[in-house]
Amino acid sequence: MAFDSFSAFITMDGHGPYVWACYAVFFVLMLVMMIGSVRSRTAIIESCRRGYEFQTDKSKVAATSAPSASFERVNVSQD
Amino acid sequence: MHPIRKKRLTIVLFLLAGLSIAVALTTYALRQNINLFYDPSQITAGEAPLDVRIRAGGMVEEGSVKRDSESLKVEFLVTDFNASVPVEYVGILPDLFAEGQGIVAMGKLNSEGRFVADQILAKHDENYMPPEVADALEKASLTGEQSMPGSAQPATN
Amino acid sequence: MWQFFHKLGSPKWFFGISARFMPWLLAGGVLLLMAGVVWGLAFAPKDYLQGNSYRIIFIHVPTAFMAQSIYIMMASAAVVTLVWRMKLADVFVKAVAPVGLVLTFLALFTGAVWGKPTWGTWWIWDARLTSMLILLFLYGGVIALDRAINDEKSAARAVAVLVLVGVVNIPIIKYSVEWWNTLHQPASFKLTEKPTMPPEMWVPLLLSVLGLYLIFGWLACIRMQTEILSREQRTRWVKEFVMRGRS
Repeated sequence: MAFDSFSAFITMDGHGPYVWACYAVFFVLMLVMMIGSVRSRTAIIESCRRGYEFQTDKSKVAATSAPSASFERVNVSQD
Repeated sequence: MHPIRKKRLTIVLFLLAGLSIAVALTTYALRQNINLFYDPSQITAGEAPLDVRIRAGGMVEEGSVKRDSESLKVEFLVTDFNASVPVEYVGILPDLFAEGQGIVAMGKLNSEGRFVADQILAKHDENYMPPEVADALEKASLTGEQSMPGSAQPATN
Repeated sequence: MWQFFHKLGSPKWFFGISARFMPWLLAGGVLLLMAGVVWGLAFAPKDYLQGNSYRIIFIHVPTAFMAQSIYIMMASAAVVTLVWRMKLADVFVKAVAPVGLVLTFLALFTGAVWGKPTWGTWWIWDARLTSMLILLFLYGGVIALDRAINDEKSAARAVAVLVLVGVVNIPIIKYSVEWWNTLHQPASFKLTEKPTMPPEMWVPLLLSVLGLYLIFGWLACIRMQTEILSREQRTRWVKEFVMRGRS
């Protein structure tokens, strides 16, 4: 250790506020950036998955409603 | 490489070359404005304007600092080892201010060739070392060239 | 050789390969950075002149170094975008520009906080500080320009041209302290010369520079993956990747 005591480490001969402010801002910003990057990646995967599920749901609905549609069309043509 | 890509690459390179030349010429033309301060040689040669707020920079000459006992007034010589300019300043000096240290002073040059500063900034070099090493170097240089009165002491705050 | 180069441009290939490196980049980066920072803060000797305030160097130099080196990487990618029209190069520029912005801000901020106790001022308009501020605006401009243009291809080209134009600022930053007289001191680390400090100071500094470099690598990978996923949503491989991860 370059310091005699823990309080000397904190005060750093009066330069403590400068040094610790720098390190605090550095670590906060780095963490925010890292967590933000992970989150936006998870978010995009989530939204893709929801998109695909929506698509498959829609195609299922389209598949089941196909006969009724043709039925209606018959009705229309009879008109 | 595909001829189209080759063509694009040449265009990009020409763009970069042209741009660098333009910037180089501009910064060369503006070099005196980009320089942060006038050094003492320029000031004694009369290159610095009088009565305009300018900056002067250099080393505080060893043994030249005179502090007024009743006020915060300080006088010293700032030198680049070719010429030196007297500086006077009233106010609190930065922690790093010491004889043999680099400084940048802001203020006006008066007609007597004295620089009246209203702000003094300390300039340090790129050398970092532990206090013990600095002490050892100091001792070595003292024993090497006989002890000089008033030589710079390493300021340890 | 060109075949390998074009394979490198495939987003799918990048996605697979980057996933393998990422855990190592993150672990190594955090480890090295923490080692450098703890060593620098608590164990490195204090400076004979500045006392303990010089300990800011252990994050100031890494952030300033990364800010410039990210820009150089972006400029190389911009050349690739303009000449080869490679999608991945453009993805890289867009993914790392915000990282560069944050690191440039950090370099300026830590420099200002360091300047106050040593020089006696937070800010001075000398060549080094001003050119570094221009770098901050360049990063901001790149991000803004990209957001302003909706069409992906024209955005890519416009951004690449802006990045390339701005690259002339990099040698100005680097040599500003030698070409002009500045308040900022010259570099302590040079490739060709011995560092101007003893090993117990430069080893922790080197560790934190390397650590931040690796963390940047991880950030670049994860942000590029995000960008690739959002661009390639309609492709089959993205669908397979997303659904396999979730089912």
